[in-house]
Amino acid sequence: RRVHGAAEKFSQDQIKPIVREMDNKQTIYPSLLKQLFENGFMGVEIPTKYDGVGANFFSSLLVVEEIARVDPSVAILTDIQNTLINTILLRYGNEQQKSFWLPKLACDTVASFCLSESASGSDAFALKCHAKPQKDGTYLLNGTKLWISNSEQAGLFIVFANTDFSRGYKGITCFLIPRDSPGLSVGKKEDKLCIRASSTCPVHLENVQVSADQILGEVGQGYRYCIELLNEGRVGIGAQMIGLTRGVLDATIPYLKERKQFGQPIWEFQGIQHQVADAMTRLECAKLLTYNAARLRESGAPFVKESAMAKYYSSEVANHVAGKCIEWMGGVGITTDYIVEKFFRDAKIGSIYEGTSNIQLNTIAKYLNKW
Amino acid sequence: MAAAGMKIMVGCKRVIDYAVKVRVRPDKTGVVTEGVKHSMNPFDEIAVEEAVRLREKKLAGELIAVSCGPKECGETLRTALAMGFDRAIHVEINDPKVYETLSPLHVSKIFAKLVEKEKPGLVILGKQAIDDDCNQTGQMLAGLLRWPQATFTSKLSVNGDSADITREVDGGLETIKVSLPAVVTADLRLNEPRYATLPNIMKAKKKPMDKVNPTELGVDLSPRVEILKVEEPPVREAGVKVDNVDELINRLKNEACVI
Repeated sequence: RRVHGAAEKFSQDQIKPIVREMDNKQTIYPSLLKQLFENGFMGVEIPTKYDGVGANFFSSLLVVEEIARVDPSVAILTDIQNTLINTILLRYGNEQQKSFWLPKLACDTVASFCLSESASGSDAFALKCHAKPQKDGTYLLNGTKLWISNSEQAGLFIVFANTDFSRGYKGITCFLIPRDSPGLSVGKKEDKLCIRASSTCPVHLENVQVSADQILGEVGQGYRYCIELLNEGRVGIGAQMIGLTRGVLDATIPYLKERKQFGQPIWEFQGIQHQVADAMTRLECAKLLTYNAARLRESGAPFVKESAMAKYYSSEVANHVAGKCIEWMGGVGITTDYIVEKFFRDAKIGSIYEGTSNIQLNTIAKYLNKW
Repeated sequence: MAAAGMKIMVGCKRVIDYAVKVRVRPDKTGVVTEGVKHSMNPFDEIAVEEAVRLREKKLAGELIAVSCGPKECGETLRTALAMGFDRAIHVEINDPKVYETLSPLHVSKIFAKLVEKEKPGLVILGKQAIDDDCNQTGQMLAGLLRWPQATFTSKLSVNGDSADITREVDGGLETIKVSLPAVVTADLRLNEPRYATLPNIMKAKKKPMDKVNPTELGVDLSPRVEILKVEEPPVREAGVKVDNVDELINRLKNEACVI
């Protein structure tokens, strides 16, 4: 509860005032980034011996949710760092990699998860990035990753490349590549509809030389790690979408109580009340799906179906509720004077990244085969 | 008294959060507290911050946070611990009737007993609580202890066995010097409290929190005040325009009775 309180207070006090500016300028202020690190929001599950907070998965979700309630763009930065980056290192890093990178990830280094490419999004394992084994045991990496979040700020890139295309996806290997590696460059930021403050850029790898000790886990196991991590990441996106939904309602409901038409606040009309009640019920469902998936994960039980449901449903709810909020606000809902339109735009990404809604439905349907 | 080892005791009251819209209970006996967000009294947060800063300047040793009330006060104390305090004392008051009529005189007597036991060199309290706005506990405590008091403090510097203090008073700023030990009450501009970072919140879980029963301290908590009625302030009425100055003076004198 205290973790939640801290995240809430920080987000409301420090992030809220600069949300619109950061959206306009398409950037996350370095001063805010520094504060995120200082407050421990970037290393929630990293053990204290690596300078992390030493808290659990649920705590990460609460942090993401409270930040998303104010700014989903900042939330995705914290979500990726906590649920994808920190987790993969904790789980598959060797001691040397952990003691080198984890303290940095907890204290000052943003990292990016580099999987997607121009020809491989949902079909992630069709990636073409090549990690050619060299005679001296090193690898030479070539390829371009696209849609990489946080890449403008990242000091570390977790790159999935194939060491042996003849083995298909079983050649996919995970590499730890620091930003200053010769041959690695970050391309131009995408100009986006939503989560504009979060940098989304191509990452070019041109003959980047990588040594064997930069391999995370085992050669050819990258695809497995990916599946596992994105599964957990899904619950994180669920939390982000829940936060977004709460945030857009926070920004809308007080207006409904103030705005008068036909001699009364529009909140008093039964039509509005019914719609809001419906929205709140959907939000509650999204919360329960997400928190339940988290609970299953924490108890070590399988949660693939539940996390797919959580991500799918939470993003649908976020989109629906944000759209409704604009309608309830009327004309002012579409002006940039109010933050509601930003939440509406930001919600769209929920059904796209970390596995599109269609992919989530595929995953859920697979479980139905056992019926 | 060696400043480096000086113990500081700070009071942390759990109050309804400042951002909450307070509602009166239908039975008009008080305000709704069930399910309402509570947090540490903002002036007490400032007091906590000041103590932590003194320790960072190496002018203080052990920092002890105290709160009086039901078990939820433990949360308030954990916040103080997360901001950098070493130890907490929770004076448990579980009977809601007793808690409702708990007043500055009771609290200052409790604090006086704790001060006797802990022997701090400085006690910092918030100038007032945002729920009752009494602005009495600090002053009463100083009286009970026969210690100097510096209230509405906006600047504090400790120099050996005395402190230089700037107070915010109606006429402006007053600078005084008090000898320690003393009671200081914190005003708004004394400092800006830090955020309890997640790592510190986790560390705070392990810090010691002692529970004390007020009867052990020999303090009588019987109510000295009876609450008759609690009601909302009158609905603000629209203003009235007057035609000329004479009418204004007439109405101010005869209707509003303010001149």
